[in-house]
Amino acid sequence: MDASLFLNAIAAGILLGGFYAAVALGLSIVFGQLDIVNIAHPAFIVAGSYLVFALNGGFGLDPVIAGILLMPIFFAVGVFVYRVYYAAFERTGRESLAGLAFFFGLMFVIEVLFIIFYGVDYRLVEADYIGKQIEIGLVGIPWRMLVPFCAALVMTGAIYLFMSRTFLGRAILAVSQDRLALQLMGADPVKIKQIAFGIGIATAALAGALLIMIGPVEPTIGRLYIGRIFAIIVLGGMGSIPGTLVAALIIGLSESIVTTYIGPSWAPTVAFGFLLITLAVRPQGLFGRL
Amino acid sequence: MKISGFWIGIVLVLAAGFVLAGVADNQFLFFAGYVVLQGLIMAVAWNVLGGFTGYVNFGSAGFFAIGAYTAIALHQFAELPLLVLIVIAGIVCGLIGLGTGYLTLRLRGVYFAIATLAMAIVFESLITNWDYVGGSAGAYVITPAEVPFFDSFIEMMFILMLVLSLICVAVSRYLSMSRMGRGLASIRDDETAAECMGVPTLRLKLISTTVMGVMMGVAGAPFPFFVTYINPLSAFDLLIAVNAIAMPMIGGTAVWFGPVIGALLLGTIQQIVTVTISSELNILIVGVVLIGFVALAPRGIVGLFQDFARKRRGGGK
Repeated sequence: MDASLFLNAIAAGILLGGFYAAVALGLSIVFGQLDIVNIAHPAFIVAGSYLVFALNGGFGLDPVIAGILLMPIFFAVGVFVYRVYYAAFERTGRESLAGLAFFFGLMFVIEVLFIIFYGVDYRLVEADYIGKQIEIGLVGIPWRMLVPFCAALVMTGAIYLFMSRTFLGRAILAVSQDRLALQLMGADPVKIKQIAFGIGIATAALAGALLIMIGPVEPTIGRLYIGRIFAIIVLGGMGSIPGTLVAALIIGLSESIVTTYIGPSWAPTVAFGFLLITLAVRPQGLFGRL
Repeated sequence: MKISGFWIGIVLVLAAGFVLAGVADNQFLFFAGYVVLQGLIMAVAWNVLGGFTGYVNFGSAGFFAIGAYTAIALHQFAELPLLVLIVIAGIVCGLIGLGTGYLTLRLRGVYFAIATLAMAIVFESLITNWDYVGGSAGAYVITPAEVPFFDSFIEMMFILMLVLSLICVAVSRYLSMSRMGRGLASIRDDETAAECMGVPTLRLKLISTTVMGVMMGVAGAPFPFFVTYINPLSAFDLLIAVNAIAMPMIGGTAVWFGPVIGALLLGTIQQIVTVTISSELNILIVGVVLIGFVALAPRGIVGLFQDFARKRRGGGK
C-alpha cells in the first residue's frame, strides 16, 4: 500500500470529520435534546453558505467572520421557527407526522428560494488562504480544510462548555430529561426550548460558512448531508456533544478511506451503513444515555 | 349501494379517458394528464403506508426510480412489452417494500423516516455506479412512432396510466375499508396497544409496505418511456417524494379518497403554473401549500369539509 496515499486519506478524513461535527452539532441539540426532527437543518446550513457568499462577494468579508456575524440573525430565525412549530404542532401534541412534513416542506421552500434568487450554479467564496496548503512530510494539508476544522472544534468546544457549565445550558439538558420536573422548578420549558432551538440554528450559520469554504455550494447540496447528519447523531448517542464529535470523526475518516480506495461516488453510502449498523446493534449510540 | 356507486364511478372515469383520447387533438393534454396521474399513483401509494399506518416514507423517489430503472435494465436486456416491464418493476419494488417493512421492527417513527430517506440516497449511488443502465450519464429509450389502437404513443401512455391509477385507487380503497384497514388504523393510533390486542401488526405493516412498493414501482416503470431519457437525477428527484407526501397531506390522509383529491388538485395546479409561470415557482407552491396545510388544516381538505358539515348540522339544531 502506498504510505503517502494512506496518510493523506487519514489526514483528509480527520479534517472532514471535524467539519461534519460542525454540521451535525446544531441538529444534535435540536433533535438529540429537544426531540424535534428538524430535517430542514441542512437547508439552513446551505442558507448560511449563500448569505456568507453574499457578504464575501459584497464586502470582501472573511467567510468565518461572516459566518459568526450571521449567527445572531440565525438565532432569531430559529426562535421564530420554533414558535411556529410550537404553536402549530407541539402544543396540540401531533408533532410526529405533521411536524416531519412541516420541516420537509420548509427544507423544500428554502432550497427553491435560493434556486430562484441565485440559480442552480455552483457558488464559492474567496479568501487569501483558500487554495494554499501546508506540507508536513508526505501529507499535504489544504488551508480550506484546516480552517473549517479548527473553527468546528472551537464551536463544538464552546457549545460543550455552554451546555455543561452555564445555568441555561443545564436547563436545556434538564428540559430534555424531564420536562415536568423542570416546570415544577418554576422554569418555562417552552422558553428554554426556543433558546435551544435558536442556538441549534445559529450553529448552521457558521457551518454554512465552513461548507462553502470546503467546496462550491448549490441550493440542493444540503440533501447530501441529511443522511450523514442523522447517522452522526445516532452514532454519537442522541444529543451528546462529545459523542457527536467522535462520531463525526469516525464517519469523516471512513468516508475519506472509501473515497480514496473505492471511489468518491460510493461515499454517501458510508453514513447509511453506519446508521443501519448502529440502530441494529447499539441503538443508544456510542455515548448514549438510555 | 355504495360499492356499486364506486365501481360505476371507475367505469365512467375510464370511459371519459377513452373518449378524451378519441376526441382531443392537443397532445399536451395527454402529457399533463400523464404527469398528474403519475403523481396520483405515488400519492395513493404513499398513503397506504403513511396515511393508514402512520409510518412516514421519505424515500418515495427511491422506489419510483427503482421501478424506472428495472424497466430500463430489462429493456436493455431484451425488448419486452411495456406491460411485462411494469409487472416486473412492481414485483421488484414490492420486494424492496417488503424489506422496508422488516425495518419497522427496529425503527419506529422518526428513525424509519430517516432510514427511508437514506435508503433512497444509497439506491441513487448504486444506480449512478451501474454502467449497464447508463450510470450518471443516463439512458435513452426509443419509443415507437406508431402504436395500435391509439392515435399516438403518448395517448396510449395516458390511458395506461389512467388504468393503473384506477387499479391503485381500488386497491387502496379495499385496504382502508376492509377489516385490514381497521388493523392498519390501530397501528397508526397506538402500535403497542394494537399488538397487545392481538392485531398482527408485523403482517399488516409488511402488507402495507409491500403494496406501497408495488404501486410506486408501477408508477415508475413507464416513466423512462414517457420522457425517453432518464438519468439518476431526474429519476430520484426529491420533488417526486415531496409530492407523494404533500398530495395526501393536502387531501387528507385518513381516508382513501384524500390523496386522490390532493393529487388531482395539486397536480393540476402544478401543471398550470409550470406552463404559465415557471417550474421553480411550481416547486415553491408545493412546499408552501404543504406547510400551510400541515400547520393549519391537519386533516386536509377532507377534514375541512367534515368540520364544515358538522358545524352546519350543529347550527341547524
